[in-house]
Amino acid sequence: MNSKLNLPADRVAYARELAERITAPVQDFIDGHSSVTVERATLRLAGADGASPDGVPVANLVVDRIRAADPAALEDGATVRYVNALLKSGGDVRALNDRIAAGFDVTSLPLGDRAAIEAKADEIVAGTLARIKGNREFREGKLEQWKGRNNSPLLYLIVATGNIYEDVKQAAAAAEQGADVIAVIRTTAQSLLDYVPYGATTEGFGGTYATQENFRIMRAALDEVAEKQRRYIRLTNYASGLCMPEIAAMGAVERLDMMLNDSMYGILFRDINMYRTFVDQMFSRMLNSYAGVIINTGEDNYLTTSDAYEKAYTVLASQLLNERFGFRAGMPSNLLGLGHAFEMDPTLKNGFMYELAEAQMAREIFPDCPLKYMPPTKHMSGDIFKGTEMNTLFNFVSKATNQGIHLLGMLTEAIHTPFMMDRYLAVENARYVMNYVDGFYDDVEFKKDGIVVSRAHQVLRETIEFLEHVEKTGMFDAIEQGLFAEMKRPKDGGKGFEGLVKKGPAYYNPFEKALKRELGIVR
Amino acid sequence: MKVVRPYGDTMDDGKVQLSFTLPVPDGAKGREAARKLVLSWGFKDCEVVHSAPLAAEFSFYVAYGKTESSIDYDSVVADEASADASMSMDEVNEYIRRNIGRKVVVVGACTGFDAHTVGIDAIMNMKGYNHHFGLERYPEMEAYNLGAQVPNEKLIDYAVKVNADAILVSQVVTQKDTHIHNMTEFIELLEAKGLRDKFICVAGGPRIGNKLAVELGFDVGFGRGAYADDVATFVVKKLAEKN
Repeated sequence: MNSKLNLPADRVAYARELAERITAPVQDFIDGHSSVTVERATLRLAGADGASPDGVPVANLVVDRIRAADPAALEDGATVRYVNALLKSGGDVRALNDRIAAGFDVTSLPLGDRAAIEAKADEIVAGTLARIKGNREFREGKLEQWKGRNNSPLLYLIVATGNIYEDVKQAAAAAEQGADVIAVIRTTAQSLLDYVPYGATTEGFGGTYATQENFRIMRAALDEVAEKQRRYIRLTNYASGLCMPEIAAMGAVERLDMMLNDSMYGILFRDINMYRTFVDQMFSRMLNSYAGVIINTGEDNYLTTSDAYEKAYTVLASQLLNERFGFRAGMPSNLLGLGHAFEMDPTLKNGFMYELAEAQMAREIFPDCPLKYMPPTKHMSGDIFKGTEMNTLFNFVSKATNQGIHLLGMLTEAIHTPFMMDRYLAVENARYVMNYVDGFYDDVEFKKDGIVVSRAHQVLRETIEFLEHVEKTGMFDAIEQGLFAEMKRPKDGGKGFEGLVKKGPAYYNPFEKALKRELGIVR
Repeated sequence: MKVVRPYGDTMDDGKVQLSFTLPVPDGAKGREAARKLVLSWGFKDCEVVHSAPLAAEFSFYVAYGKTESSIDYDSVVADEASADASMSMDEVNEYIRRNIGRKVVVVGACTGFDAHTVGIDAIMNMKGYNHHFGLERYPEMEAYNLGAQVPNEKLIDYAVKVNADAILVSQVVTQKDTHIHNMTEFIELLEAKGLRDKFICVAGGPRIGNKLAVELGFDVGFGRGAYADDVATFVVKKLAEKN
C-alpha cells in the first residue's frame, strides 16, 4: 500500500518496540498467575454447565468450594479436581454438573491416579477444541460461499432491548436492512458481576445479559437471516469485565464472530483491578485467537472521557499496546479490530481534516487489522438533524480511509435506545456515502506538509513521547499515577483483586497448555 | 394573551413535520394508513411525502400535518431549575467569597447500577463539557466525583465524611424506571438517617426534569443542556439562603 502520510517507518517501528518493552514485565506477571474466572473458563470448556437452584453457575460452585476447603488449593488449578470427580463418578459430565448444582463438593473426593486424570483431561480438551475449530471452519466456509456480499467496511449495528426474544426480532430486521454485524449490548453492570448468569433472559437494564443460552438463541436467529440474505451475519458480544475469559469461552463454543476485548478497558473505565485484568485478557485472547474471533478494542473510551483532539495520542498508544498484548496471546493482525473514534468537537475548525488524518494514520500503521471505527457520541445532542450531519461525515471518513468495521452512528444517540427506523436511516446514510465516495481511498492523495499529513506526524510524535514516559515509569506505576485516561488506579485496588491466583509449582491447566501449543506461544 | 401555533413559512399555518414506523408492509395501503393515522391525531391536513420498507412487516413514513391547535404563550410556566440566567464560573467563585466565605463542598456520583459517568463527568470533571468547565475547576469549591455504580449508602457516607454542602446524583439509565427507584431510595436513606436537611440535593440526567426531582424530594433537577455553571449557581444561591 502506498503511504499517503509518509510516516517515518523507523519511528513507527520504534513505537512498536516501546510497546514491546512496556508489556514485557506485564507478561511476566501474567504468566505466573491465574484467576478465579480463568479457572471457571477452563471448567466451562471442560463441560461445567448449569447452575444451582438459586442461580449460582456450576463453574463458580466448583471454584468457590475449592477455595473454601483450602484457600491455597486453587494454585494447582481447578480442572484437576473437576476431572477427578468426573472419573470417579462414571464420566457423565451432565450427571456430575447436576450433582454439583445440587450441593456436591468435588474436593470431598481424594485425588486419584494422576496419569488417568491427565489422560481424561486430554480427551476432553481434544473434544472441545475440535468443536471450536469446527465453528471456525463453518464461519470460513460461509464467508467463502457468500464472498463479496458483505459491505466494506462491515456495517455494525447494536440491539439492546433487555429481552433476548425481542433482540432477535430487532436483529433480524437490522440484518435485513443491511447490517453485517449485530452486537447485543449487555445489561448495565454485567461487567462487574463475578459470574455469568445462566439461561435465557428477558429482563435487563440498557441491554441484555450475556449468557450462553442467549448466545445460542441469537446465533440461530442470525444464521437463519443469513441464509435468506445469502450474506454471513456476524454476532458480537462483550468479553470485558470480571468474566472476560468465561465469556470468551462461551463465545468460542457458540460461534460468536467478534468480541469486545481490551487489555486495559476494565482497569480504567470499570475500576477492575489491574493485575486481574491483565491475567484475564491473556486467557480470553488466546481463546478468541483459536476461535478466529475478531476482537474490538476500546480506544473510543479514551476520547469520550477526554478531549478527542488533545488526547489523540492516547488512542495510538493504546492501539500499540493492545496489538502487542494480542500478539502475545497468539493473535494474528487480521483478528485485531483495533478501535478508534470520530469524537472531535464539531465546532473545531478543520476537525474533519484531523479525523481524516487519524483514521488514515491508523490504517497505515496497522495495514492488516480490521480497524473498528466508532461514531460520534459525545457531541450528539437532541438535535437529530445535526446528528445526521455528523454521522454523514463520519461515514465519509470511514470509507475514505478504508476502515474494517464501521459502527453505525444513530441520529437519536443520547436520546433513547435506537428505534427500528433509526437503524434504517443509519444504514441508508452509510450506503449512500460509501457508494458515493467508493473510489476515494485509491484516488486521493494528501498534500505533503498539508493539514492532514502534519496532523498525523504530530500525533505519532506525541504517542512516542507518551510511550517513552510510560516505559520509564513502568506499566503498573503508570496506571497507578493516572497516565492513562487521567484515571488513577491503585495496584491493589479495584474490583476482583481477591480473585487473582498465584500459580503454584503443580499448577495444571490442560486448556492453557493446548491453546499455547496450538497458537505457537513460546514462553 | 399571546396565541401561538407551529410556524412553517406563514404565521399560524400550523405545519408539523412527523416521522414514524408502522408494523405493516410498505405500499399504497400502508401510506393511506399512515395518512389516516395522522388525521386521527387531530391534524386537519396530512401529506405522506415518503415511505420505505424497514423489514418485511415494517415500514417507515415521513409526513407533514397541519394543526389548528394553539397555546396561550403567556400562560406557560417552564419546568426549569432556575428562571435566572446562571452565573459564570468566575461569578460563582466571587459569589462564594462574598456571601459564603469558605469553600463549598460538593460530592457527586452516578448511583445504583448505572455505569454511565458521562453526566456526572460533564458537570464535575476539571475539563467540563462544551467549553463549560466542571466544578473541580472552581477555586472556591471542593468537588469529589465518586464515579459510577456508587451505592446510595456509600455516597451519603462519603458526603458526611467530607462535610459536604451538596450532593449531586446523576442518573442516565431510565429503563424500567430504575432512576426513580434509585432517587427515591437516596432520599429515603437520607431521611432515615435524619440528614435530609444537612445537604442540598441535586439530581441530574438527560431524562430528569426539575419537576420530577422535586417530587421525589430533591431540591432541584437538571436535565438535558445543563452545565456546571447552572448547577453551581443553584447550589451557592441555595446555600447562601440556608445560612
